[in-house]
Amino acid sequence: MTLANGFKNDKLMASVMALLAAITVLIPLCNWVFPVGSPLYFSAYTVSVLGKYLCFALLGMSLDLVWGYCGILALGHGAFFALGAYAMGMYLMRQIGNRGVYGNAELPDFMVFLDWKELPWYWYGFDQFWFAALMVVLIPGVLAFVFGWLAFRSRVTGVYLSIITQALTYALLLAFFRNEMGFGGNNGLTDFKEIIGFNIHSDNVRASLLMLTGLTLISAYFVSRWITLSKLGRVVTAIRDHEMRVRFLGYRVEMFKLWVFVFAAMLAGLAGALYVPQVGIINPSEFSPLNSLEIVIWVAIGGRGTIYGAIVGAVLVNYAKTLLTGWMPEIWLFFLGTTFILVTVFLPDGLLGLGRNRKEQKS
Amino acid sequence: MKANSRNWPIGLLLALILMLPTLSIGQEEDAFAAALSQLKTASTSDRSQAIELVAAVKQPQAVIVLQALLDGRLLKLKSTDQLVIGTESDIGYQLADALDAKDLGTVERSATQKITLTNSLRTELRKTIGRLQLNDADAAIRLAAVNALAKAVDEDGLAMLQEHLNSEQDEQVQKAIKLTLGLEQLNSPSKLKRLEAIELLKAHADQNIVNRLNELVEKDDQGQYVEADSDVRNAAKTALVSINSDLQLYAGIETLFFGLSLGAVLVLSAIGLAITFGVMGVINMAHGELMMLGAYTTYVTQQLMPNHLGLSIVVAIPAAFIISGLAGIIIERGIIRFLYGRPLETLLATFGVSLFLQQTVRSIFSPLNRSVTTPEWMSGALQINDFLALTWNRFYILVFCLLVFLLLLQILKRTRLGLEVRAVAQNRPMAKAMGVPTGRVDALTFGLGSGIAGVAGVALSQITNVGPNLGQAYIVDSFMVVVFGGVGNLWGTLVAGFSLGIANKLLEPYAGAVLAKILVLVFIILFIQKRPRGLFPQQGRAVEG
Amino acid sequence: MSAIAPKPGVVDTRHGSILYLEDVNVSFDGFKALNNLSLYIDAGELRCLIGPNGAGKTTLMDVITGKTKPNSGSVFFGQTIDLLQMDEPAIAQAGICRKFQKPSVFDKLTVFENLELALATNKGVWASLFAKLTGEQQDRIAEVLEIIGLTEHRSHLAGILSHGQKQWLEIGMLLMQEPKVMLVDEPVAGMTHQEVERTAELLVSLQGERSIIVVEHDMEFVRSIAKRVTVLHEGSVLTEGTMDEVQNDPRVIQVYLGD
Repeated sequence: MTLANGFKNDKLMASVMALLAAITVLIPLCNWVFPVGSPLYFSAYTVSVLGKYLCFALLGMSLDLVWGYCGILALGHGAFFALGAYAMGMYLMRQIGNRGVYGNAELPDFMVFLDWKELPWYWYGFDQFWFAALMVVLIPGVLAFVFGWLAFRSRVTGVYLSIITQALTYALLLAFFRNEMGFGGNNGLTDFKEIIGFNIHSDNVRASLLMLTGLTLISAYFVSRWITLSKLGRVVTAIRDHEMRVRFLGYRVEMFKLWVFVFAAMLAGLAGALYVPQVGIINPSEFSPLNSLEIVIWVAIGGRGTIYGAIVGAVLVNYAKTLLTGWMPEIWLFFLGTTFILVTVFLPDGLLGLGRNRKEQKS
Repeated sequence: MKANSRNWPIGLLLALILMLPTLSIGQEEDAFAAALSQLKTASTSDRSQAIELVAAVKQPQAVIVLQALLDGRLLKLKSTDQLVIGTESDIGYQLADALDAKDLGTVERSATQKITLTNSLRTELRKTIGRLQLNDADAAIRLAAVNALAKAVDEDGLAMLQEHLNSEQDEQVQKAIKLTLGLEQLNSPSKLKRLEAIELLKAHADQNIVNRLNELVEKDDQGQYVEADSDVRNAAKTALVSINSDLQLYAGIETLFFGLSLGAVLVLSAIGLAITFGVMGVINMAHGELMMLGAYTTYVTQQLMPNHLGLSIVVAIPAAFIISGLAGIIIERGIIRFLYGRPLETLLATFGVSLFLQQTVRSIFSPLNRSVTTPEWMSGALQINDFLALTWNRFYILVFCLLVFLLLLQILKRTRLGLEVRAVAQNRPMAKAMGVPTGRVDALTFGLGSGIAGVAGVALSQITNVGPNLGQAYIVDSFMVVVFGGVGNLWGTLVAGFSLGIANKLLEPYAGAVLAKILVLVFIILFIQKRPRGLFPQQGRAVEG
Repeated sequence: MSAIAPKPGVVDTRHGSILYLEDVNVSFDGFKALNNLSLYIDAGELRCLIGPNGAGKTTLMDVITGKTKPNSGSVFFGQTIDLLQMDEPAIAQAGICRKFQKPSVFDKLTVFENLELALATNKGVWASLFAKLTGEQQDRIAEVLEIIGLTEHRSHLAGILSHGQKQWLEIGMLLMQEPKVMLVDEPVAGMTHQEVERTAELLVSLQGERSIIVVEHDMEFVRSIAKRVTVLHEGSVLTEGTMDEVQNDPRVIQVYLGD
């Protein structure tokens, strides 16, 4: 199946991607062309909220590769997102330089506050953008590799795997809360000023970040799609449905799982790195198990095993969250909880599955 | 002995005490008043006798008067010549009648005159008070008297304690006296006595003894040993080693106790999960919220019966079981039964339930923590010695956990429901074919597991804040315990809970609480990867499928 | 091992046998699933395994394919390859393939894709990511589709096939793996009479180039294909011989009919 064929076969997917491309290109373009105050000029708030949604879409998509295609219900996927975000946050912290409250060019404020004398060794290199950009994918990738290598090789599967992934993110949550870790403890990393020399709060930079996120999302979508349509994609789907059979066909199942898990972790890290400059803060609560579960619900609502379903789900759920938490905060958890129940019981294939099933019944 | 020649005041006192019951109330009042007036008027030389007279009558007011005298708070009102006890206040003295402790208001300092004492009288007085208290019927007061005497010991005091030791019945008081005597004996010029004292003292864990022995082995400013004799020093060193090993033992016992009590909490929170997850294979992410419901049930019960706090806990146990159990049955019938055989979906749907329950509680009771009062019989601690105290609430939770565990074991082993639960767990289609109503069994099993979660919530309400997030704090831990112990194995859950609890507390002193927890989590993650089926796996072909 | 051992990895069948199982023991919780079992399979032979339920037939297949590690004993593939040192994928790649008792095909993939996954080729992760079917490989798939009679279903999802068709698809997947030994667990369960006949023909035609071990309860089917039959009972070989010899063995009759 070629990509062109794919578009023809699935109009919904094509329209989602078109909308995405429009957001990516038009909004930054409008802000560039039209003056501030014009109805076609998008506010900083709108731009950063959209940017946030697209980061979440990328995150949801990466989970869909793991869950929807490989059948691993990872309940700690948020950890990779947060690690990527922290890596980018560390770069942004170093960019503050001596403009912090304490004016210390060598140490971030929170370290001065803790009376630390020198930069911990693991902060070395984060003043270089290329290094941070590498770490953004490398750190989540290495963690996913070590964790996955141990877990998949010993054939931990199903709910056991889900539970230990949750324990993983929980352990990281506790760890990052500690001041001694050197990542700002409870408060995390914030008060960023510049990104590669540009003012992080300027409208132009925001628009550029939105564009960058959109482009990353679209490219990641096509790469993911290419992967799922490759033979590797079929092996992975086969593993999801009948792991034992795949093993008896001569495939090293654990290596396939590991590959997908690490790839998805890297995508999640990338999403986290794009997220931080747009929201301006990263703190340990991103590691909380609840966040990881929310990612699962985006994918479940959109329809797992479709990749672009995760994009739809992530944007819809987060839009609902923005609306509801602004309008009636106490309703949000009722809404989320009920959605979890209804989707799993009545909509196992998600919203996109709804459309697909109808089509299948017709044909 | 020297003490014998000073026996007469005690003899007199005993005689007077024996007389007491024969005095009528009125006579006693009169005698007391007379004694007081003598105290007021007597010359310094006669005061000694007056003190004895006061001491002879009307307890406990006499002790109060004498104590006031000792503290320099026994005053004579210049205006009325009345004898009063004064307490310092901002504007002068707050007065109480020495005779009957009646409140007499406040006067300026200048309106009163202090009853003065000589040093020898003061010593006399201290002993008298000690003596009076030593003969008190209340062992606690006797103990306090011994401790007071121990603080400022002199030979008379020691003699008195020595004397009293023979008649003392209470073990604690006896021990306190022995320790005081022993500590004093360390000052004895006789090397033999000092060695003897060390021998006696080393069997006791007491902060004073440790301090005193430490002094013996230290050097003073001039670099000279405080204790000149090297034998005694060595004996003290050995004694310190032995006491320190005792202390380590106590610290060990304390860690073990903390570990066990944390383990008990873990077991309580995991054991319901061991039923729903272990026996039924249902991942119930709302388990923590069912515990939360139990904790809120405790809170509501206390609100309903504010005058019977102790009883309310007892009432809350069945109430929490029923409420959480019913909630569990509703969850099972309403949602989970549609998802059997799809464990990952069950996980997600029950997570939805947990969010729903959290928000419900938040809307009803506010997002703030509610405090549940610990009833008196559960507060405080069992003070074993200076170095070891076991808090009652944790002790009760430990006992409670074991009771719940045994009860659950019996339910599964001996009741019809238990039989059916095990049958369905082992072979569902077969059980169904044999006429076991699997639907009802599922609902009841889930209800049982949930009810136990509720009961665990009652226990948790005694040691932690009751709030909407209570469940979340325990859910990851609970799953870890069940998985670590081996799914489907209640004993495994028990062993896993206690070992994780103890491991946590053992690590805490070295790593800090948070890091200890992280280490334990990481350990479990690695452990599961080594042994995916836990400590006590179920084996055989049935598991493979 | 012989003095002039062939290079490692090559199945050495110069002594006639391709599988050597000696004194194999497997126990679950004290239950002895295999009890000092010894069994030799000749190269190119079609062997049938029969025995009452619980005789250890499936466990035997689990041991050969690496799913279950025996408590003791040795299992060799040819003279030189120790199967106990290998895991399932390695054993499968060495040339021992297995059809499960319950038809196990990938329902969400098409018939063609099912066969493609089974294709004997580099099965590494990166190789799979960039894999493209060569003309030769496509021909091979087409050939197997023809053999198992599913050519017209090639682009249907495997999930919609009938029970018998799934069984054939799985046999086809075995063929795609170019095996030296095929373990076939209950190939005709749930098949119509005609389908059973076709399956018998298929299996008989496949022997020679490869060894085939068939586990089956259908005695008529076994009689129609087997030259040699091994009877398992309580985890050991009870007897071995032609179908007639076996059926007339009083011990076999006793085992099947009970006391």
